[in-house]
Amino acid sequence: MRPHAEEKGPVHAEPPENQPEVSSPNVTLVEEVPSPRDGGGVPVHPGADADPGAELNVVGRRMRKTDGLEKSTGRARYTDDIVLPGMLHGKILRSPHPHARILSIDVSDALALPGVFGVVTGDEMPIPYGIIPWTPDEQALCTDRVRYVGDAVAAVAAADEDTANRALERIRVEYEPLPAILDPEFALTDEAARTPVHEPKKPGWNGNVSKIVKLEFGEVEPGFAASDVVVEGEYFFEGTTHTPIEPHCAIGQWEEGGTARGRLTVWSSTQVPHYLHRELAKVLELDPARVRVIQPHVGGGFGGKSEPFDLEFCVARLAMKTGRPVKILYTREEVFLAHRGRHPFQMKYRVGATADGKLKAVDAKTLLDGGAYSSFGLVTTYYSGQLLAAPYEIPAYRFNSTRVFTNKPACGPKRGHGSVQPRFAFEVSLDKLAERLGMDPIELRRRNFMGSYRRTVNEMRVTSNGFLQCLDSVERASGWKEKFRKMGFGRGVGVAGSCYISGTNYPIYPNRMPQSAVQLQVDRSGRVAVFSGASDIGQGSTSLVAYIVCEELGVPLDYVRVLPSDTDFTPVDLGSYSSRVTFMLGNACVDAARRLKAQVQEAVGEEWGIPARRVLLAGGQAMDAADTGRNLPIREAFNLAEAKHGTLGSVGWYNTPKDVHGEYRGGTIGASPAYSFTAHVAEVEVDPESGFVEVKTIWVAHDCGRAINPTIVEGQMEGSAYMGFAEALMEEHVFKDADHGRAGLHNAPSLLEYRIPTSVDTPELHSLIVESIDPEGPYGAKEAGEGPLHPSIPAIANAIYDAVGVRMDSLPFSPPRVWRALQAQAADTEARVAAD
Amino acid sequence: MKELVTLRVNGDAHEAAVPSHFTLLETLRYVLGLTGSKQGCDKGDCGACTVWLDGVPTLSCIAPVWEAAGRDVVTVEGLAGLRTPPGVPHPLQDAFDACGAAQCGFCTPGMLMSGVALLEENPAPSRAEIKEALSGNLCRCTGYTKILDAVELAAARLRGEAVPEEMEEARR
Repeated sequence: MRPHAEEKGPVHAEPPENQPEVSSPNVTLVEEVPSPRDGGGVPVHPGADADPGAELNVVGRRMRKTDGLEKSTGRARYTDDIVLPGMLHGKILRSPHPHARILSIDVSDALALPGVFGVVTGDEMPIPYGIIPWTPDEQALCTDRVRYVGDAVAAVAAADEDTANRALERIRVEYEPLPAILDPEFALTDEAARTPVHEPKKPGWNGNVSKIVKLEFGEVEPGFAASDVVVEGEYFFEGTTHTPIEPHCAIGQWEEGGTARGRLTVWSSTQVPHYLHRELAKVLELDPARVRVIQPHVGGGFGGKSEPFDLEFCVARLAMKTGRPVKILYTREEVFLAHRGRHPFQMKYRVGATADGKLKAVDAKTLLDGGAYSSFGLVTTYYSGQLLAAPYEIPAYRFNSTRVFTNKPACGPKRGHGSVQPRFAFEVSLDKLAERLGMDPIELRRRNFMGSYRRTVNEMRVTSNGFLQCLDSVERASGWKEKFRKMGFGRGVGVAGSCYISGTNYPIYPNRMPQSAVQLQVDRSGRVAVFSGASDIGQGSTSLVAYIVCEELGVPLDYVRVLPSDTDFTPVDLGSYSSRVTFMLGNACVDAARRLKAQVQEAVGEEWGIPARRVLLAGGQAMDAADTGRNLPIREAFNLAEAKHGTLGSVGWYNTPKDVHGEYRGGTIGASPAYSFTAHVAEVEVDPESGFVEVKTIWVAHDCGRAINPTIVEGQMEGSAYMGFAEALMEEHVFKDADHGRAGLHNAPSLLEYRIPTSVDTPELHSLIVESIDPEGPYGAKEAGEGPLHPSIPAIANAIYDAVGVRMDSLPFSPPRVWRALQAQAADTEARVAAD
Repeated sequence: MKELVTLRVNGDAHEAAVPSHFTLLETLRYVLGLTGSKQGCDKGDCGACTVWLDGVPTLSCIAPVWEAAGRDVVTVEGLAGLRTPPGVPHPLQDAFDACGAAQCGFCTPGMLMSGVALLEENPAPSRAEIKEALSGNLCRCTGYTKILDAVELAAARLRGEAVPEEMEEARR
């Protein structure tokens, strides 16, 4: 069945965003795996040893992280820990207006201040950029217009921070304020279109429209007509932000003369060194070969550091101007203003099902509040619909998503990018459906399970799928059957499920090159060095490659050194976003290690006069599989291989299969080589007097394919569930309106006022790992970093309903909101009693 | 305008010229080069800057450096050797590693200072007491679970108890 796909209205005039669609020479189509469900099939490219019965020595064990002790002793160096000789401190001047034209900027007084070495304004680096190549609508520093309170206007470099701050006060900017557009619905009006946040791409279009996606699959209206029950609802997901504990930081250094001939180095707390490298070269008009990006340890990202920011361009430009290294460290307030967090979503959902609980049709309409710039918004808009199509069988599905610009900090990708919000609306809808049908909500979800090795209604290829085991796990562990609808007023349990991508099939900019690569180099001592451009932001990618090297080459963990991302020395990995790292970097590392392993096996086999395949590398030794008494220390095995093959080194890479997406415009967005699946049960206690919701426990079952290190996987599951819980109950990234202070001003740009959970607030979190062994993942592994966030929020909403019988369709479930819902329920009951 | 301040940090005596408005954190990080203590908010909200002043966990980002003059300051760099031979990590530092309690690691130094202070005072804290003691230290990565596990593991080891098998496996 061909989907009916259309896009209308004032969208960006854009080239096809996912060219080229050419399959990689590194991936060969090997087999069609029939679906156990309907005998259909999907193409599968068996990868790195996804054998469930494989004997593994390292993978699957609870190993320590390679950088764990470095972090717990304070030795780990983050960007702000680096001090260069003669380094200056930079500060950025930010707009006090939500929307204004810049008429003039006078920096002469600032430059005259003793201790000030340089000032930079936007006209020195006016080239627009954007993380998505089709929507370059940002400038390093604004040249003619500011679009939110906090937009960057100028930057100074001074001998110390105090002088830099004083210099900012001496920069005179003349603004002509423009009407501020703060409300996403208002942004769509003709009135707002008269002073749009961005100029429209075509005359007559509304410049406030960032992206519209309308897609329809299957027979939607007939599906509703054939439904016995249709649940309709309106939902609101409030914006939230990442708040990594490390504020963004960057250092720029410029070398002139000698062989350098103008060479830029930028140290940054980025999650995407490769994209930063490209954008720096573009905006600063430098040869990319003369730009180097080094990523020190990163103190958390969660999506908040996955595109270039003003500070990286400013330290670079200021270093070039002053000839001295320049550092900029964001204040916590600036971290809130940089944002790129969760979009506020207004959602309308219709979900239809037959009396036996089978889904027939889903219709979603969504308005995304994008803030001032595009950021990843093109992708967010697609994700808001595309990622809902699993793990349930949805025969007919339509979504209509519109992203608008408003005069607030830009929204972007936060853990679970674009799909956490629709998942909330949909999983609460399923709970309402189960209630209407008098069915257990876990049973309802089981009945709609799509199965494995299937295509979704929007043509996404799903391979391994452990969702049923996830449901079973949380049902058993939580004692669901003894608790659901049985705990009495004030206490309850709720369930929800979800799926998420293990990386995106297409890179952000079109190219046919690998998504991830690894180089290995072996020393005569037995030490193996790993060069990888991957970004360890705490999730453990550095350890991941070390474990894989240990598994394949048999060296002990302390023989492995991993060089962190440095664009001068490490091969490209596209970055830590979209849960791509374990899958793609892992496969690249297996590829590199296997090439090296083959050389070692061949050399040792020759020495012993046995076939190469009989040579095992494990436990620091090379062994004869048929006679383990015959062995060599691994160092000697490496030496034999070096004598036979020359200096030992290898390169490995991974590129995605290109035959797993939908054949329609946008069908590549949401396509992933594998999907992870999650189910949560949350148990809550609600105080009807105050509306306070206490989440007692969340049981998290997650299908990560295979847990390469269960401790690290659990850490991702717990961190995800925590972050979802935080969004459900506490977090609100909101701005003042004209009636409450200054319009567009951030309401709470501090960690005291923007409340994130402490150890006391956080519920008990129980991780239940499910392993479905994906055919294409490294040893069968899939993602674990983002998927397990999704169900927290609807599971808590559904638990609140079980506890006190009120539906929480708007986030967050803060005491005033829950209390008001309870009051409304009481008034309603009273009215009904009176009417009777 | 800089002034001379005398500090004792991790047992070492320092005389440092610092701007008179400097905080203890700025002095530790930018004057003495002890970058283990982190700045997460600069307002006393997140706890990443926690050090000990005369044994008491203190937010060094809002403590003027003069408050520390003549007193004993201990930072994360001073934990090794406190209850172990010189240079050997404190059992809680080791337990953080064993349990996977440090993901990005940015809150870890402050978390350790609060955690070790608790263990100095209370060798057998309950899980609720551990949560309470760490409630001034925000972590954004872990959901706290593995951090609580690490404190329990370190407490058991400091008490000389055999640790559960599961924890032993993590330690290997």
